Amino acid sequence: MEWTRYIDPLLQGCWVTIELTVYSTILGALLAFGAGMGKLSHNPLIKALSVTYIEVFRGTSLLVQLFWLYFALPLLGELIGLDLRFHPVSVGVLALGLNIGAYGAEVVRGAVQAVPRTQYEAAKALNFTRTQTLWRIALPQALPEMMPPFGNLAVQNLKDTALVSLISLGDLAFRAEQLRNLTQDSTTIYTMVLFMYFGMALVLAALMGLLERHVGRWRHRRR
Amino acid sequence: MLFGIEWDTSTSWAFAWSILPILLRGMVVTIQASLLGFFVALGLGLLLASLKGVPLKIIAWPAAFITEFLRDTPLLIQLFFLYYVLPDYGIVLPAFLTGALALGVQYSAYTAEVYRAGIQAVPRGQKEAARALNLSERLAFIHVILPQAVVRIVPAMGNYLVSIMKDVPVLSVVTVLEMLNVAKIIGDRTFNYLIPLTMVGALYLLLTLIASWGVRVLDTRLPKRGIPLK
Amino acid sequence: MNEPIIRFEKVVKRFGELTVLDELDFEVAPGEKVTIIGPSGSGKSTVLRVLMTLERINAGVVYVDGEPLWHEPHQGTLKPASEAHLRKMRQKMGMVFQHFNLFPHMTVLRNLTEAPRYVLGLSPQEARQRAEELLELVGLSDKAEAFPSQLSGGQQQRVAIARALAMRPKIMLFDEPTSALDPELVGEVLRVIRSLAEEHELTMLLVTHEMDFARRISDRICFFDQGRILEQGPPEEIFSSPKEQRTREFLHAVLHPEE
Ligand SMILES: Nc1ncnc2c1ncn2[C@@H]1O[C@H](COP(=O)(O)OP(=O)(O)OP(=O)(O)O)[C@@H](O)[C@H]1O
Ligand SMILES: [Mg+2]
Repeated sequence: MEWTRYIDPLLQGCWVTIELTVYSTILGALLAFGAGMGKLSHNPLIKALSVTYIEVFRGTSLLVQLFWLYFALPLLGELIGLDLRFHPVSVGVLALGLNIGAYGAEVVRGAVQAVPRTQYEAAKALNFTRTQTLWRIALPQALPEMMPPFGNLAVQNLKDTALVSLISLGDLAFRAEQLRNLTQDSTTIYTMVLFMYFGMALVLAALMGLLERHVGRWRHRRR
Repeated sequence: MLFGIEWDTSTSWAFAWSILPILLRGMVVTIQASLLGFFVALGLGLLLASLKGVPLKIIAWPAAFITEFLRDTPLLIQLFFLYYVLPDYGIVLPAFLTGALALGVQYSAYTAEVYRAGIQAVPRGQKEAARALNLSERLAFIHVILPQAVVRIVPAMGNYLVSIMKDVPVLSVVTVLEMLNVAKIIGDRTFNYLIPLTMVGALYLLLTLIASWGVRVLDTRLPKRGIPLK
Repeated sequence: MNEPIIRFEKVVKRFGELTVLDELDFEVAPGEKVTIIGPSGSGKSTVLRVLMTLERINAGVVYVDGEPLWHEPHQGTLKPASEAHLRKMRQKMGMVFQHFNLFPHMTVLRNLTEAPRYVLGLSPQEARQRAEELLELVGLSDKAEAFPSQLSGGQQQRVAIARALAMRPKIMLFDEPTSALDPELVGEVLRVIRSLAEEHELTMLLVTHEMDFARRISDRICFFDQGRILEQGPPEEIFSSPKEQRTREFLHAVLHPEE
């Protein structure tokens, strides 16, 4: 059988894809919380910074962002006298994380704003500061609300990692393209690759489901 | 030179000014691909949603599987699949059409869900009321359910059109000369990526800002109670 | 009477066109237990919410413990209070809400220890000890590790009372603490409030429709109508021989709803 010979190289690609997904999803989550809370901040500077970040990265295309970071940023670095050349892996993780983080920020903001007003009043009556209220009262309650959209974003992010093959990172999409060049057996290769992405997406969605159950533990307690 | 338009590399401003018309040519392609992909997604999504709604399990179940499969696999791979596999079966399409088709296929998974959610969001009582008035299933759907579903469906679809626009640059891998590809080529030839790529970013911001604003206006203009179809 | 611990001076509160507090004058002495009664929309909750700094005022001055609540002295006049001032003033008060407003994602114990730890800066041990004493007071020692959703309404409201007390306020504000409860659960909450009413130091401001209870624990009853105090006095006086027609009508409607 021909197709068994493709398994090894493709699995190597899968591993890179998984690594990219994990790193960029973590980076994206951090950015999402930072910018989502930043957009709710009363500090005009933090707020403006967060809004700008969110709008720019949601308003442009991921591939444009990736190419900009990969091709344009080093040139900008030259102009201002900094070395802004990064390893393609860093550029990939950065672009994916920045992109998904901007979408995640809106999820965080929305979920935090959906926390009932009465919870904020209770927090005020106990004299929590605004920051404490956000991080200790609102955010933990908003977290379970955020998980389903976060799950979708994580899968979106997994799919988006395919684009880093275009800056020659050896992920699954890149390996597929290599094999196709070598063998011209596109039907087999791309069918296998589609199913591999599908499998990884299912596993990721299941993991996010577990995480959702975990952060929402307090919701399921009943008398 | 690209599209017969020369660029002027004397100063940064002159360069930016001279490549703007080239980028705008790319933008036209971006918009064309978005619209074509969008219409394919609308049709294919409707098909998937209808098949998923069929009571027969042997039809509904594969339709559900295909929807999930399309949703969970990358556009890039779907595009490569169409681009390299279709010709093996004698279907040779221009790159632009293949690209638009791939966009449509990917987004049909999302639009199918929009149709389903839009129809499901119509309160049950409406259907029962229609039945009480002795309307046939078909008439009830056309005159009662659909008008109310449309107002939910249209804005959601509008948002996907904006998403599709942002995915068009992926088509550059199969040589479609959309905005990013044009900028990349200019960069390759002038060794100046900073200006064209930054301009593409700015043009994208402009494009999505206008499109999102359009969707919002549409959303507020739609009568919340539904649109009568006559 | 001593220097009042709460004093409203011509306080005006508007929501848009609607004037909810209409040049209200109102005083409470330290340790006094005052019950506010009155028809719906008369501004009862608003009085408590203004005190808890949940609502701003449009005019007038509110004094708490001798200091203006919503203002700070500034070169001989009063300027709007800073957040730091409001935080200092809030420290003197605790509030119990109609719908409990417990933090659903925290256990009962953490509901009680969170603010003492992070607002008052108590050590975990101190906060925990304080919480356990209070849980004992409200009779819920066995529920320390439960989540609010696992408790009955009456239990939740008792936790809410303990949570407010954990901050050691001088003034406790209760806004219809039993209105959201099933009838059979009202008693357990009222018993807790009554035990608090026996403390001489604590000033209590209570909005309720439980007239019998109000009569038993209050030093004074204030009848609110259209953002003003129409009539006030000792419970016997208000309940037995109200002077105002509006008060009589209100009490009649509350005490004999079937007529
Ligand atoms: N945030 C707000 N915005 C607009 N109007 C408000 C707001 N809060 C309260 N009101 C109005 O102010 C008036 C007084 O409200 P308040 O809650 O003080 O009444 P109350 O005496 O506590 O009545 P109840 O017995 O119904 O609780 C009501 O007419 C209410 O509708
Ligand atoms: Mg009230």
